[in-house]
Amino acid sequence: MTESEMSDVRANRLSGADYADNFSDIHPPLTPHEALVEADRCYFCYDAPCMTACPTSIDIPMFIRKIQAANPVGSAKTIFEQNIMGGMCARVCPTETLCEEVCVRETAEGKPVKIGLLQRYATDTFMEREQPHPFSRAAPTGKKIAVIGAGPAGLSCAHRLAIKGHDVTVYEAREKAGGLNEYGIASYKTTNDFAQDEVEFILQIGGITIENGKALGRDITLEQLTADFDAVFLGLGLPGVNALGLEGENAAGVIDAVDFIGVLRQAEDLSQIEIGRRIVVIGGGMTAIDAAMQSKLLGAEEVTVAYRRGQEHMNASLYEQELAQTHGIAIRHWLMPDSLHVSNGAVTAITLERTALDAGGKLVGTGEKVTIEADQVFKAIGQTPDAGPLAGSVELEKGRIRVDDQRRTSHKKIWAGGDCVAGGEDLTVVSVEDGKIAAESIHKALMA
Amino acid sequence: MADLSTNFLGIKSPNPFWLASAPPTDKAYNVERAFEAGWGGVVWKTVGEDPQVVNVYGPRYGALLGNDRRVIGFNNIELISDRPLKTNLDEIRRVKRAWPDRAVVVSIMVPCEEASWKRILPMVEDTGCDGIELNFGCPHGMSERGMGSSVGQVPEYIEMVARWCKTYSKLPVIVKLTPNITDIRYPARAAKAGGADAVSLINTINSIMGVDLATMTMSPSVDKQGSHGGYCGTAVRPIALNMVAEIARDPQTRGLPISGIGGVQTWRDAAEFIALGCGTVQVCTAAMTYGFKIVQEMAQGLSDWMDEKGYETIADFQGRAVPNVTDWQYLNLNYVTKAKIDQDLCIKCGRCHIACEDTSHQAITSMVDGVRHFEVMDDECVGCNLCVNVCPVDDCITMVQMTEGADPRTGRAIDNDYANWTTHPNNPMAKQAAE
Repeated sequence: MTESEMSDVRANRLSGADYADNFSDIHPPLTPHEALVEADRCYFCYDAPCMTACPTSIDIPMFIRKIQAANPVGSAKTIFEQNIMGGMCARVCPTETLCEEVCVRETAEGKPVKIGLLQRYATDTFMEREQPHPFSRAAPTGKKIAVIGAGPAGLSCAHRLAIKGHDVTVYEAREKAGGLNEYGIASYKTTNDFAQDEVEFILQIGGITIENGKALGRDITLEQLTADFDAVFLGLGLPGVNALGLEGENAAGVIDAVDFIGVLRQAEDLSQIEIGRRIVVIGGGMTAIDAAMQSKLLGAEEVTVAYRRGQEHMNASLYEQELAQTHGIAIRHWLMPDSLHVSNGAVTAITLERTALDAGGKLVGTGEKVTIEADQVFKAIGQTPDAGPLAGSVELEKGRIRVDDQRRTSHKKIWAGGDCVAGGEDLTVVSVEDGKIAAESIHKALMA
Repeated sequence: MADLSTNFLGIKSPNPFWLASAPPTDKAYNVERAFEAGWGGVVWKTVGEDPQVVNVYGPRYGALLGNDRRVIGFNNIELISDRPLKTNLDEIRRVKRAWPDRAVVVSIMVPCEEASWKRILPMVEDTGCDGIELNFGCPHGMSERGMGSSVGQVPEYIEMVARWCKTYSKLPVIVKLTPNITDIRYPARAAKAGGADAVSLINTINSIMGVDLATMTMSPSVDKQGSHGGYCGTAVRPIALNMVAEIARDPQTRGLPISGIGGVQTWRDAAEFIALGCGTVQVCTAAMTYGFKIVQEMAQGLSDWMDEKGYETIADFQGRAVPNVTDWQYLNLNYVTKAKIDQDLCIKCGRCHIACEDTSHQAITSMVDGVRHFEVMDDECVGCNLCVNVCPVDDCITMVQMTEGADPRTGRAIDNDYANWTTHPNNPMAKQAAE
């Protein structure tokens, strides 16, 4: 067996201190002075484009003005009014394609106001100062709502319903609440257990009970929930992962990127995570970049992201792509998986076929092939819904739940939001908005 | 290259930039550093009678800061020099001897009694200094003792003391005026009537910089209590420019030499004071913020601008803007302007719209055909200039004069002849005149 056929996957590639450095906050928060100076750059636009671009319609000019006026706590309240996960969204939102892309200072000088960092400054300050919860509950309505999934959509929905005076039970299949905030986002974006702090913050409103380890279809059924509760909100996320459909996919070293990220996020000791010397990540979204970045940060030497289309088609933001590239990750375009090389039960390389768009705009292989040695291949080619537990109770659209503009499903007692619904953008901030809209709609329906 | 040298009342200096009577000119050490840096002259910090005054040992200064801690305004409760008179006079003598080409003017403040002035004037003159400045301006501390601004607020006192100074001293006399009055022309006229050779202005403005809401003490405060201090710096410059212009264009004081003071930060500020008639400018806050080196930017900047404009000497542009300062009643009411937004430069912040919509004349669109679009409606625009002032982009909104056709707002034909309020039909006085 030649050296290239030996799989090199091991833990402890770095010294202890390197792990801490590599997985510290990738974007250091603004200091109070930096925040004041940055806030001063905001023009307090009329009918501000940033506010329109925010999926949760946060009054950005107002929260920035409150920072300018040395009132970061009040600023955070403005943020939380529209987005109870303003803290996490400040960390993970692709601001360069949302609020900051349309900032008039981006138009004017190519340097938008750092809205994301300012939002983080306000929300972090609020949480660090251990302020009383910014909302209080309305008088009890006696209504009970079940929320399935304690991810951003579910928690957002639950919080808004609790404000309205309803009692909410959240059923969560995993050990912890938070959904992708807890299990699916690169750890350098949310350090110091921020996801759990945020869950605690949300629960401070009261009236929300989370039941962990309760999966739909296994421990609970929609039939029973619709009978027991006045309304049900589905925030199921996307539990499945697309397969490459190649022989050898079950070999050691061929891993779902989402699982890898989840394991990493839950790891007590990062040095114990085994990582290959050479990594290939298949995919072009945020998950692909997160997996590639974290592989590199764990000590992988050669990390390649292979995407079957062009750079302009990548779902990962340009900013994320550049972040990966400046960390020494190669992003290669127009390559699709062709075959896995497996030796002794472990992957050793992947062959990819070059692709192109044909005259009709369809993606086709060109026949030319490239083989990249790999000790691990991470699959990040999209997550998939699981309609099984829904047992046909709501209508679907391409496998995802069909909802209207109020996030109502075809079932009159069931609402849905987040990644599990059709037409979504698979962003935390969009899920938060879905939950919020659904809660308002549920409230209206129950109180009519 | 432009000649920056000045001759103010016969006091020569290589450039018009003097340090004002203030902390930076309290000691030979500071003044010599200033001269080494290139300052054209100094007005030595105010000397008084012995025993010397004492200052508070808590904060003397306060500042109004921007979010990046840029100094916008500044204030102080420091008194006149707290060193013995002889110490100051000895140093003045030594410095003037060492720096004969620089202006050394001595600021004086003694009680409003003839004997006091008669006693100190020869002592000051004996130092070989170039002139004296009478501190009738300081609004804090000394004013409570009948000196400083409490003299400057009474024209009769100004005239009386100025006359004593001209009687008991051969030195040029500059009267430094307080802005803490209703009409600056009266003290200036009094100074001239008393024989003063020039006025300098403005001294500082009564001010409280802020309130510490945690302790409910004003700032700056000394052991929980504060006292109003003298306000200066960039923020006061517009007030100073107006007061300078009022004196420059007053028929009774026209031609009276003026040394301009108040928020001079750059060469441009200095040029503006000179354009309104000043012969020199005096600087304090900018130096106290950045140190003495700033004079090099000021001198070079003024020189470069003069070269660009073809001005060879300070006198070539001194007072050039004075004829363009007038009373409101003489403004041309036939002059019609409309704001115009350059759509290529517009970054669509909407500030012009909301300012106009909420607070003015509803003359700027926010949405056209369902698209955010900001455009001036000439039939509503009164030409107020608010949008220009709030626009964050240089030259994006400009005021364009209408020279033909009719004003779409009023329907009145544009009249290119000058006409002002004095003859306007709505002016009751004008009607009387017509009758």
